[in-house]
Amino acid sequence: MCLVARHLEEAGIPTVILGSAIDIGMHCGAPRFVFTDFPLGNPAGRPFDAEMQLSIVESGIDLLEQATGPRAIARTPYAWGSDDWRREYMELRPQDANALKQQGEARRAMRAEMREARAS
Amino acid sequence: MSAQPVAYMERTRRYYEAQGFEKPYQWAKPDEVPFTRPSGPLAESRLALISTASLHERHETDPRSVASGFIDQCPERLYANDLFWDRKATHLEDLNSYFPIDRLKTLVEQGRIGELTPRFHCVPTEYSQRRTIGIDAPEILTRCREDGADIALLVPL
Repeated sequence: MCLVARHLEEAGIPTVILGSAIDIGMHCGAPRFVFTDFPLGNPAGRPFDAEMQLSIVESGIDLLEQATGPRAIARTPYAWGSDDWRREYMELRPQDANALKQQGEARRAMRAEMREARAS
Repeated sequence: MSAQPVAYMERTRRYYEAQGFEKPYQWAKPDEVPFTRPSGPLAESRLALISTASLHERHETDPRSVASGFIDQCPERLYANDLFWDRKATHLEDLNSYFPIDRLKTLVEQGRIGELTPRFHCVPTEYSQRRTIGIDAPEILTRCREDGADIALLVPL
């Protein structure tokens, strides 16, 4: 998404990204980024919390207006509650090692199939 | 003490490694970041909303391309079964938690922004940066220009 934001920005359209992966946003050079420290999936606010969602979107509009240079970051004040998700997302547990390898093999086979389909 | 943000790049790298991929995914790392200031008051600006979710259910093997829908006929949900997001911690049952269309409409009603472009856009998160840079990003730009967008809000899952 950063690549799209950068392309628009280069062409004269100011952009702001709402996101929860701040490391990716910064690495990839987001021009403006509103960071909400939530599990991936709800970058515009907790489900069914219209007030929070409005506030997060407003933060994006504020940042569009107020940022004076690239890599501008605004951090929203919200916390998810429990922090278990931080540890559990993409957690590598020893008992899952074989299943993960099998998933990887399946993905590689699928991609090879896609490449062949594109080539033919 | 507040918790540290999750290091998603590192976690993704380790996850792919555990799946047996030899070449880690490389995120684009630009030296310079472009920056454009809004050319007029936001209360008079037209905003384009852009998502990484898709208009229809999509499988990982399906071909991907930029797709657009009309704000006035906005679907009740978008699809993201093929994307990485935290299925254990949360859900996508509220469109506005990842595609804040109604919140933007409220800001238009309040006069904070001028209006929304007639279309919103769904951009595929391609594994291929070359494809994103060469095809998808220019297509999004074309559609934003056709719609007279002054500013854009991008919401990746």
